[in-house]
Amino acid sequence: MCSICVHLLTHFSLFNFLFSLLPSGRSGGGVKRIFGYVTRNYKLSLGVVMLCIIINSVTTLVSTLFTRTLIDDYIVPLTQSENPDFAPLARTLFTLAAVLIVGIICSYVNNRLMINVGQGTLLRLRTDLFEHMEQLPIGYFDSHAHGDIMSVYTNDVDTLRQLIGQSIPSVFSSLITISITFVSMCVLSWPLTLLVVLMTSVMVFVTRVLGNRSARHFKARQQNLGAMNGYIEELLTGQKVVKTFCHEEEAIARFETYNEAVRDSSNNANREANIVMPVNGNLSNLIYVLCAILGATIALKSPLGATLTIGTLVSFLTLIKNFTQPVSHLSQQINNVVQALAGAGRVFDLMDATPEKDDEACIRLVNAKRNDDGTLSESKERTGIWAWKVPKAEFTHIQGKTDESDHQHADFGLIQQRGEVDFTQVDFSYVPEKQVLFDIELDTDAGQKIALVGGTGAGKTTITNLINRFYDIQDGRILYDHIDIRKIHREDLRRSLGMVLQETHLFTGTVMENIRYGRLDATDEECRAAAELVNADDFILRLSEGYDTMLTADGGNLSQGERQLLAIARAAVANPPALILDEATSSIDTRTERLVQEGMDHIMEGRSTFVIAHRLSTVRNSDIICVMDHGRIIEQGNHDELLAKQGKYYQLYTGKQID
Amino acid sequence: MLKTLLNQVKQFKTASILTPIFTSLEVVMGVLIPYVTSWIIDRGIMAGDVRKVVFYGVIMLIMAFVSLVFGILSGRFSALASTGFAYNLRNAMFRNIQTFSFANIDKFSSAGLVTRMTTDVSNLQSAFQQILRISVRAPLNLIFSVFMCVFINTKMSLIFVVALVILSTALYLIISKTVKLFAQVFERYDDLNNSVQENVQAIRVVKAFVREDFENTKFKKAAENLYHLFVRTESLQAINNPVMTTVIYGCIIALSWFGAHFIVVGDLTTGQLTSLFTYVMTIMSSLMMLSMIFVMLTMSAASGRRVAEVIDEKATIFTPENAVTEVADGSIDFKACCFSYGNGEYAIRDITLHINSGETIGIIGGTGCGKSTLGMLVSRLYDASKGSVLVGGVDVKCYDMDVLRNEVAMVLQKNVLFSGTILDNLRWGKTDATLEECMRACQLAQADEFIEQMPDKYNTMIEQNGNNVSGGQKQRLCIARALLKTPKILVLDDSTSACDTATDAKIRRAFREEIPNTTKLIIAQRIQSVQDADRIIVMESGRVNGFDTHENLLKTNKLYQEIYRIQMEGEADFDAPE
Repeated sequence: MCSICVHLLTHFSLFNFLFSLLPSGRSGGGVKRIFGYVTRNYKLSLGVVMLCIIINSVTTLVSTLFTRTLIDDYIVPLTQSENPDFAPLARTLFTLAAVLIVGIICSYVNNRLMINVGQGTLLRLRTDLFEHMEQLPIGYFDSHAHGDIMSVYTNDVDTLRQLIGQSIPSVFSSLITISITFVSMCVLSWPLTLLVVLMTSVMVFVTRVLGNRSARHFKARQQNLGAMNGYIEELLTGQKVVKTFCHEEEAIARFETYNEAVRDSSNNANREANIVMPVNGNLSNLIYVLCAILGATIALKSPLGATLTIGTLVSFLTLIKNFTQPVSHLSQQINNVVQALAGAGRVFDLMDATPEKDDEACIRLVNAKRNDDGTLSESKERTGIWAWKVPKAEFTHIQGKTDESDHQHADFGLIQQRGEVDFTQVDFSYVPEKQVLFDIELDTDAGQKIALVGGTGAGKTTITNLINRFYDIQDGRILYDHIDIRKIHREDLRRSLGMVLQETHLFTGTVMENIRYGRLDATDEECRAAAELVNADDFILRLSEGYDTMLTADGGNLSQGERQLLAIARAAVANPPALILDEATSSIDTRTERLVQEGMDHIMEGRSTFVIAHRLSTVRNSDIICVMDHGRIIEQGNHDELLAKQGKYYQLYTGKQID
Repeated sequence: MLKTLLNQVKQFKTASILTPIFTSLEVVMGVLIPYVTSWIIDRGIMAGDVRKVVFYGVIMLIMAFVSLVFGILSGRFSALASTGFAYNLRNAMFRNIQTFSFANIDKFSSAGLVTRMTTDVSNLQSAFQQILRISVRAPLNLIFSVFMCVFINTKMSLIFVVALVILSTALYLIISKTVKLFAQVFERYDDLNNSVQENVQAIRVVKAFVREDFENTKFKKAAENLYHLFVRTESLQAINNPVMTTVIYGCIIALSWFGAHFIVVGDLTTGQLTSLFTYVMTIMSSLMMLSMIFVMLTMSAASGRRVAEVIDEKATIFTPENAVTEVADGSIDFKACCFSYGNGEYAIRDITLHINSGETIGIIGGTGCGKSTLGMLVSRLYDASKGSVLVGGVDVKCYDMDVLRNEVAMVLQKNVLFSGTILDNLRWGKTDATLEECMRACQLAQADEFIEQMPDKYNTMIEQNGNNVSGGQKQRLCIARALLKTPKILVLDDSTSACDTATDAKIRRAFREEIPNTTKLIIAQRIQSVQDADRIIVMESGRVNGFDTHENLLKTNKLYQEIYRIQMEGEADFDAPE
C-alpha cells in the first residue's frame, strides 16, 4: 500500500521535474512534432523497441538480483552442507545464462532498430525540409541570411540527430530502468526505498541547481563565442586589406579581448558543468552507506518488526547504483534535450514558412500543333508552338482573346503563346512600408524586344521578377497573352520564360550537365548546338576535359565571362518562347564581353524579350525602351521617339557620347 | 602536428598536469570504495555487527568526500586547461595569420581560415578536456580494478584476463572498421550540405527553370546515400554493446560458479564476491570508455591537423634584417620580372620597365592578363618569382614592410570596409587622422558629397561588409582610406568600376591637381579611365604589349586599337549614374 504511494510520488515528481525543465509553449509543441516524426513511419519498430527495452531492463535486474539468490539460496546452504552439491547451482546458472542471452538479443535488436528509426527520421526530416524549402518564395531567401538557412541543415538537424538517436532512447530506457528497479526495491524493502527516494530527490535538486548555474555561463559563452566568430569572419575576409594597411597589431589586440572573454566564460561554464558528475557519483555513495547502516539496523535489530534477510539487504545495496545512475543520467540528459528543442524550433520555423501560393492557377502551358484548318490542337511532342490550355469557364474572363483551338475538347480552349506582356497600374513593395514600383503601365506586342534602362535601384530587376512571379504584386494587373498571370500555373509561367540572371550560378557537375539544366531531356548534340549558338563552345573545348570538365564551388574554376556564357547556353537549350535577360556590366574584359553580348543577341532573335540593358547597341535596337527612375517608368518609346523627346533618355544618350 | 598543438598548452601546463593527477586520485578512491563496501557486508552485515557497519560506512563516506573534492578539483583544472588551450590555439593561429602574405592567404582561403579558427578549435578543446579527464580515468580504472581483483583473489582474476583478451580483440576489430566508415560518412555529409548551400544560393535559377522537382530528386538521392552509409556504420558500432554485455555476463556467471566453490572451500568471502562483481562492471565500462576515446581521437585528428597547418605555416614574405626605412621617391622599376601564383603558369612574364616618380600610369588589358598582379608586386603583396621590383631605386625586398606598404598605397579590387563608423574606417589609413584630414581625403575621392548627405555624416555606422553603402560609394571610401596614408605611390586596381563615368573623371582630375607628386598606377577596364594618363601599359597574357601615350598607342598598338574600337562603337556601358 505504502509502496504504491511512494511509487506514485516519485513518478509524479520525476515527470514533473522533467517537464518543468522544458520551456513551455512552442517547445512543448516541438516535442510533440518530433515525436510525431519519429512515430509516423516506425510504429511497429518502436513497439518492438519498447518491448526490447523492458525485457532488457528485466534481465538486467535479474542479473543484479541474482547476487541475492546466489548467496542466500546456494552459497550459504553450500557452506553449511557436509557434502556440497553444485549441480543445482549449475542448473540455475544455465537458466540465468539463457535469460541473459535473451537480454543481450533484445538489447541488440533495440539498438539496431533505433538506428533505422533515428536515421530514417532524419532522412525524412531532411528531405521534407528541402522539399519545403524549394517551394518557398524568393522573398524568404531575401529576408533570411543564407548562412542562417544553412545552419538549420547543419547545426539544428545535427542536434536533432543527437536527440532522436541518443537522448530519446536513453531517456526512455532510463525511465524504464528506474521504474523496474524502483518496484523491485519496494518489494525488497520499502523503508530503505523511501530513504533512497528522498536522497535521490536531493541529487536531482542539486543537479538542477548546478545545471542552472552553468546554463547562465553557457549563455554568456555562446554570446561571446558569437561575437568572436563574427570578428574572425569579418577580419579574415578582409585580411588582404589588413595587410595593405599594416593593421596587424591592432587586429591582434582586438582579437585578444574577444578571445579572453570566450576563454573566461567557457571556463566558468565548463567548471560548473564538470562538478555535476563527481557530486552525483558521491551522493550515490552516500546513499549506499546510509542504506547499509539503516538496512543493517533493520536486519539485525528488527526495530519495526520488519524482516530483512542479509541476502535481501545485499541485493538492495546492489540495486542502489541501478537506481541512482539512470536518475543522474536523466537529469543531465535534460540539458541536451533543451538544446535540441531549441534547434527543433528553428527546423520547424523553416518547415512552417509559407510556400509560394498557386491557388487561382488553372491554366497550363502545352505543346501545340497547327492543324490544316488553322486551328490549334494539343500535341505530346515539342513542336516549337506553345499554347495556353484554358478551362472553358475561364475563357469568358480573358479579354482580347483569340480562340484558336479546334474545340475537340469541350472543357478546354487553347490560346497560342505569343509573349505579349502588359502591365496595368502595377504597384509593388518588397516590405510593406517601402514601395519600390509605382503605377507601372506597359503594353507590349508579341516578339518585341523591351529594354529597361535606369540607375541602380530604379526598379528594372523588380519588373522582371514580377513577370515570372518571383514576387506577387500588391496592386494592379499583369497580363500575359491577355491572361492574368496569377491564373497560370507558376511552373508553366516560368517554363515559358527563359531567364539569364546577371549573377550567374552554376551547379556541381560537368559542363554538359550544367547546360542540360535548361532542358533535362536535351541530347548531348542539342547541348553542344546551344553552346555553339552562344559562343560558349570555344572556351569549353579548351577546358581540360571539354564538356565533361567537372565544375565545383559554383564554377569557381571559370572566369566570370565564361560562367555567363554557360548561363546563356543553359537558357538557349531550354529554347523558351520568351526571355528575360540581365546584361552583364563590369568584371568581364572587353573581348569576352563581346562574346557574351553576341551570345545574348543570338538567343534574343525572334523571341519576346525583356532585357535589363547596359549596352547602347542593345538599347538602340529595342522596340520599346523604358527609362526608369525611382520605381517609375518616366519615358517609354523607341530610340528615335525618345531622342526626339529630348528628355531623360536624350540626356543619358548624349551625355555619354560627350563624356 | 602533436608537438605544435602541445606547444600551445603553455601557461596552462600546471592545470594540464594537475587534472590527470586529481583524476587519478579520484579514481583511486572510486576503486577503493567497493573494497570498503565488501567490508561493510562481510565484517558488518554478515557478522551482524551494526557498529562495524557504521564504522566502515563512515570510512566510506570520508573516502567519498575525498573523492568528491578530487573530482571537483579535476573538473576545475580540466576546464581551465582546456579552455586555456583553445585560447592559446586561437591566439597562435590569429597571430600567425597576421604575418601571412597574400600567397599564404590564397593557400588557405579566408573561409577556410574561419572554419579552422572556430569549429576545429572547439573540437580540439573538447577533445583535450576529454583526454585530460577520461583518458586517464579509463586506463587507471582498468589497472586499479584488475589490481584489486588480483588482490582479492588471484585465481578468480584469471577470468578477467580471458575476458579482457576476448573483449579487446573484438573492440579493436569493430572500432578500426567504424573509424574508416565514419570518415566516409563525414565526407558524404559535407557533400549533402554543399548541395543545400548551392540550392540556397542559386534559388532563382532553380525557380526560373522550374527545377524544384529535379533538385528534390537529386537531394533525396544524396540524403539516402548518407542514410545507408550512416546505418551501416552505426550497425557495425551497435555490435560493440552485445559483445561487451556477453563478456560481462560471462564473467558474472563464471564468477558465481567459481566463487561458490571458493567460498565453500573458504578461500573467498561473500563480501569479496560482491566486490568482484562491482569490479567486473568497472573494468568493462572503462574498456568501453577507452574505445570511445579512440573513436573521438581519430575524429579530432583531422581538426588537429588543420589547426596545426595554420600555426606551422611560414609567412612567405617578411621584413629583412637591416631593412631600409626610407622610400626615396615614387619611381618604380621592373627588372626582368616574372611571377607565378604557383600553378605552373606565369601571370607576369619577363617585364622590364621604368616609371618616373609622379607619373600617372594607366594599365589596361583583358581579364587574367596580369594587370592586378603587376600592381600587387609594387607594394610587395607578392614576391617576384624571377627578376626584381624596385621602388625609389631600392629592391622592394630590402624595405621594412610597414614602411613600404605605407608609402605604396594599394586600393584592392575586391575591397572591404569593416563594421564601425566611416571615420573608423578612414582612420585605417592613418590612426591619428583629424576630421579635417579625413574630409580632405574624402573630397579628393569624391566621397565627401554622399557622406554629408548621410544622417550621421562621418559618424555613420558602416555595417559588416559595407552592406549599407552602394558599390560605388564603397569604392570611393576605400580610395579615401588609402589617400590618408599620403603615399608616394598609389595603386588603384579597378577601383572606380562601380562609379559612373562622371565621378570617375572627377576623381582623376582631383588626383592630377591635388596630389601631382604621387605616382599613380590606374588599373582599369574602361579606356576612359586611363586615356588621359601620362603613359599607358597595355598588357596581354602577362606581357607588356605596349607602353606609351594614348595617342601613340592608338596609332601603333593593334590591341589597344581593338579595345578602343569595341568600347567606343556603341558597345560601351549605358548605365545611368547612381
